[in-house]
Amino acid sequence: MRELRLMKGNEAIAEAAIRAGADAYFGYPITPQSEVLEYLMAEQPMERTGMVVLQAESEIAAINMVYGAAATGKRVLTSSSSPGISLKQEGISYIAGAELPCLIVNVVRGGPGLGTIQPSQADYFQSTKGGGHGDYRLLVLAPASVQEMSDFVKLGFELAFKYRNPVLILSDGVIGQMMEKVELFEQQPRVTTFDPAWTVTGKPKERERNIATSLDLDPYRQEKHNYKLQAKYKAMEENEVRFEEFDCKDAEYLIVAYGSSARISQKAVQLARAKGIKAGLFRPITLFPFPKQEISALASQVKGILSVEMSAGQMIEDIQLAAAGKVNVQHFGRYGGVIPAPDEVLEALELLISGGSK
Amino acid sequence: MNLKDIIKPENLVYSKTPLLTDNVMSYCPGCSHGTAHRIIMEVIEEMGIQSETIGVAPVGCSVLAYDFMNIDMAQAAHGRAPAVATGIKRCWPEKYVFTYQGDGDLAAIGTAETIHACNRGENIMIVFINNGIYGMTGGQMAPTTLPGMKSSTSPFGRDVATMGNPIKMTDLVAQLPGTYYVTRQAVHKPVNVRRTKKAIRIALENQKLNKGLSFIEIVSSCNSGWKMTPVQANIWMEENMIPFYPLGDLKVDGELVKK
Repeated sequence: MRELRLMKGNEAIAEAAIRAGADAYFGYPITPQSEVLEYLMAEQPMERTGMVVLQAESEIAAINMVYGAAATGKRVLTSSSSPGISLKQEGISYIAGAELPCLIVNVVRGGPGLGTIQPSQADYFQSTKGGGHGDYRLLVLAPASVQEMSDFVKLGFELAFKYRNPVLILSDGVIGQMMEKVELFEQQPRVTTFDPAWTVTGKPKERERNIATSLDLDPYRQEKHNYKLQAKYKAMEENEVRFEEFDCKDAEYLIVAYGSSARISQKAVQLARAKGIKAGLFRPITLFPFPKQEISALASQVKGILSVEMSAGQMIEDIQLAAAGKVNVQHFGRYGGVIPAPDEVLEALELLISGGSK
Repeated sequence: MNLKDIIKPENLVYSKTPLLTDNVMSYCPGCSHGTAHRIIMEVIEEMGIQSETIGVAPVGCSVLAYDFMNIDMAQAAHGRAPAVATGIKRCWPEKYVFTYQGDGDLAAIGTAETIHACNRGENIMIVFINNGIYGMTGGQMAPTTLPGMKSSTSPFGRDVATMGNPIKMTDLVAQLPGTYYVTRQAVHKPVNVRRTKKAIRIALENQKLNKGLSFIEIVSSCNSGWKMTPVQANIWMEENMIPFYPLGDLKVDGELVKK
């Protein structure tokens, strides 16, 4: 049964959370993502599915409520925007260290500091390189449409439980606030079984006690635990790379962009093609794991790569690593809350083609 | 009569609860943690709720609690145990959930989480070990360190003019409508151990009724942090800590106790 609705990205996240069978949401208001909590409160998911929704006293409390619920094997999520996500980093590090599954949504706004409430993609480093303290990674999904805001909630929970790892949906103020048609997936049942190997649900006689913790004071055991985490991240790199290509087959010049920048860049590719430039767009959907091999292969094919990101240039570092010097890679970005227009992207692409740089 | 004649079931007067693990207690001799751990586990055993109980231990000496408590536990970040417990309890309202926190954890870095969990009336038990010092990190000044009391970060004694006053969290949370039972106890003498154990029983029984949060402060000694022998520490605690943090119920059945 196809159920179509016109929704904001933030509303799609909230509706998808209920439909994905989430057990709980803990959050704190911050622009531009407050609609997630508002929608959930208005929708009364306790009546619909028994899902808990609680407005916490801070982002710090919210992520630690997530930790508690996740430790018991429940399907739990939180959402915030950049400054709030910074506050959550300690908790996210603990969740990654304790190997608990959960979903985190960042509707990115401009920074640094309090910055602005306008859209940005300047949290790429924080999202893909760990974010908090210690050696850990989040599995990062970057939606480019309201449809994907909905779809990635379901996918995100699946991946979080598959790897017992926090999954981050890295969105931005454009995708969070804009309205689009969404085809909603059908209501999924909430989980009723909890893995006795690790979930903290009360110790029955027949098993040893379970402890959700990231602490081990013995450095050799802690190192072993880190090996296990690294093996998990490697498995993600082998199995979970997701991306989308647009006009890449015969491309001589490549734009790499994710999220709303990919939408803008797709238009720029169309404008370039109209002018006879053989341009293509490569859109990473997973930012960690990053599609290294695919970009490496395209780097052998094209004459130049333009990284487009609403930042001062963060993802370009991963593209350069993947391209390994095979081809010139340049960055184009507007930032601090400014959204680039397609003709600006085209201009930057033409500058790259002409051998110039900004 | 030899030892074999003595060790017989009919002569058994006391045994360690199986809800404490066989791990050797790593707490300093004289520390109150061991007794506090034991009586919590005894109450859980007596109520037969091991399989229904989830404990939360955060950072500080209490981070080691799960080495000794033979129940399912979640370790929390420093100060965040009430938030972690909230996440668990909201998802499992039928389970018994408690936190076990020290003074630095509960009354300094975790003040917001403590106040708000109390104010929301989360149906959990908070056990608050107040020994007026940071034990795990080696004896630094805590939010509950007494005026004039020496610590490694107040080597000339706590100067309240520059370092602030000790905070009476138990008095503070008793004022909040979300707390149902608030009491301050100790475990340095058998009579106090019995009273504290009774308080833990009341707190866990309260969880069944969904009446709100139960908050039990245990005024404790940290002889290592205080640089005293265990006996000296207990005497010092009685002469200095308890006059400042007087023992007794502050709130019972949701009503403030009139003094």
